[in-house]
Amino acid sequence: MSAPAMTRRPVPTRSTATGPSRTTSPRGKRPRNDFRVALVFIGPAALGFIVFFLVPTLRGIWFSFTDQNLIGAGEFIGLENYTRMFADPLFWNSLLVTLEYVFINIAVQTVLAVGIAVLMHRLTQSVVIRGIVLLPYLVANVVVALVWFWMFDYSTGVVNVIIDTIGLDRMAFFGNEATAIPTIALINVWRHVGYTALLIFAGLQTIPKELYEAGAIDGASEARMFRSITLPLLRPVMALVLVITVVGSFQIFDTVAVTTEGGPVDATRVIYYYIYQQAFQRFDLGYASALSVFLLVVLAVVAFIQLRLLRSNRSDLA
Amino acid sequence: MTHRSRTRRLALSGLAGIAAIPLVLTGCSAQPTGDEAASITYWLWDSNQQPAYQQCADDFEEQSGVHVTIEQYGWADYWQGLTTGFASATAPDVFADHLSYFPEFVSQGQLLGISDRIEADGIDLDIYQDGLADLWHDQDGERYGLPKDFDTVALFYNEQMAADAGLTSEQLANLEWNPTEGGSFEQAIAALTVDVNGVRGSEPGFDKNNVAVYGLALSGNGLNASGQQTWAPYALGNDWYYGDTTPWTTEFAFGDAKLAETLEWYRSLQEKGYMPTVDIALSEQDPLNGYLAGRYATVTDGSWMNGSYLGQDDVPTKVAPTPVGPSGSRASLFNGLSDGIWSGTKNPDAAWEWVKYLGSTDCQDVIAESAVVFPAIKSSTEKANEAFAEKGWDVSGFTVQVDEGTTALLPIADHWSEVNDTVTAAIQSFLNGTGDPATLSDANDQVNALFE
Repeated sequence: MSAPAMTRRPVPTRSTATGPSRTTSPRGKRPRNDFRVALVFIGPAALGFIVFFLVPTLRGIWFSFTDQNLIGAGEFIGLENYTRMFADPLFWNSLLVTLEYVFINIAVQTVLAVGIAVLMHRLTQSVVIRGIVLLPYLVANVVVALVWFWMFDYSTGVVNVIIDTIGLDRMAFFGNEATAIPTIALINVWRHVGYTALLIFAGLQTIPKELYEAGAIDGASEARMFRSITLPLLRPVMALVLVITVVGSFQIFDTVAVTTEGGPVDATRVIYYYIYQQAFQRFDLGYASALSVFLLVVLAVVAFIQLRLLRSNRSDLA
Repeated sequence: MTHRSRTRRLALSGLAGIAAIPLVLTGCSAQPTGDEAASITYWLWDSNQQPAYQQCADDFEEQSGVHVTIEQYGWADYWQGLTTGFASATAPDVFADHLSYFPEFVSQGQLLGISDRIEADGIDLDIYQDGLADLWHDQDGERYGLPKDFDTVALFYNEQMAADAGLTSEQLANLEWNPTEGGSFEQAIAALTVDVNGVRGSEPGFDKNNVAVYGLALSGNGLNASGQQTWAPYALGNDWYYGDTTPWTTEFAFGDAKLAETLEWYRSLQEKGYMPTVDIALSEQDPLNGYLAGRYATVTDGSWMNGSYLGQDDVPTKVAPTPVGPSGSRASLFNGLSDGIWSGTKNPDAAWEWVKYLGSTDCQDVIAESAVVFPAIKSSTEKANEAFAEKGWDVSGFTVQVDEGTTALLPIADHWSEVNDTVTAAIQSFLNGTGDPATLSDANDQVNALFE
């Protein structure tokens, strides 16, 4: 395959602005003027980034090396929070539980979302259907969690009433250690699958129709076209979608907080909930920060690996 | 010059404006109490109690001139709001305090000590139900709140189902249990349990895997380290207590054989089909829904639930006390709330006057008349009983524990949130069958290690 088009795209602006035909005086002035204008444009975003992201992140990293509590300055305690973390069985448990959640959530969600997106792409262009697919995403997380918890209620929930009516055994969806995480993962699939499908659908729009026409002429089946045309050309979009959804999935918190609160036993004590408990129930902000920093590193590594593996900056459409 | 002076004037007026903000927000902070402008904020979480406390606040303002703004938040938001309020210095001047949060607040220095003020104003702590005032002090004896109300637990039961099972209210009020064969309590629970074929738990041919009505509900909210509305009434009636002492427990007894014995019996109720499993309990919002839907014949719950169980017309409901245990007496946790003052308040004097008023008969009688909770003052408790009776509610199943002195105080300890997490997990796994006595003693060693 030839070198991808995107990497060969010429870089505009600078080279023309500082081209050899320019005299020295405007050359000295132009960039400074650009710089001022750029500052005006970047300023607000940069300010927001510094105030809401950079400073809290740096403070969080600093806290992770202190015994900071709810109020008052913590004292520097070196790596104590980190050594405690690696020896903390609940931390490892929370990591495993989170991974289980992410795996179920992402695997089911991605497969379903690709399916829905392809169906929308190949069968219908209806805006109404697109709207319906997105509907669950418009409901707040906490509301979704509460409504499902209520519907899954063992005694009075509509799901269990239906299960009972058709002659099956009622299920303790949230109360059983084995089913609690899959239940929470699938509820969030329900909420996010439409949004993910729309992102993928947008990616599908970039695939030229001629390829499918050519495929059809060659006698390829829908399944074959999906495998040989859709999937390979969707890769850059899929990479982006996966990074966004995996990072988001790791941050599972609200569904757990309003339904199981980490239980039964420790079955749903996901890492974000554990961090929350350390920070806001035990006021151990230092330790909570160390856990957060660890999670930050993990997510950065995950995102980096995903982007590399999926070669997201390269398209097969060359 | 003009430019400079204008800038200065602007700066000064700006500064004055900024300086005025806290004054506007907190009233005249430096003013002594009784000043007309004095204003404080008070937080509580129970919306059912808000009208009565609003009445107290109005009476208090008339009397002292201090305006009290009452803000109510749901249980979870309440504690989150309070802790973030502490961190950002925007917490309310006075707030309703709970024993499971109190130790952390004390250790974080968020509560204002009131021992001196109690002494200076000659507050008589003997007017409160025994033991309640002594819950709210730190290890050095400094006090941080005056008691406002108390709660105990009892058995709410479906009158119709009890009659169908051939149980009278006298029988239900005089049940006893033991960990070996369960006693008359287990027999009653078995008789109240009915399978899908209409066979009772006490009859041959009972299908424990297809239960239509459980004799006893299991509250998922109560499956924690205090076990208030689940296992604690039995364990406490079996000569067991959480730890060496309270307040400020430093050595816990969750590894004790008496607790394991009690929990083993409690677990057997699930295995026999008389009580739902832990899985079921944890997948329900509250046993109240199942009770109203006719799936539970009895529910152990706290007196704070009186309105929900007795204030509805769908299921005819009565209250029975918890059964008498092997110790020879019944038992219930005795939990109380207090009103505490935030250490960061700009208005400590007005806040104290309000706390003092909340802890007085003037206010607690108003609370009593609203018949929502039991006020902490003995004479007001009497009035609350009368008010409940006027509504046609017999709540003696709750108060008998206080009258007979069979209550036990909630353990108050540092690291309680961590103790609770660890023990909750152990108790849940013990009761769902994956844990054994060693699980409990391991958890106990773990929590005791926090105090070494």
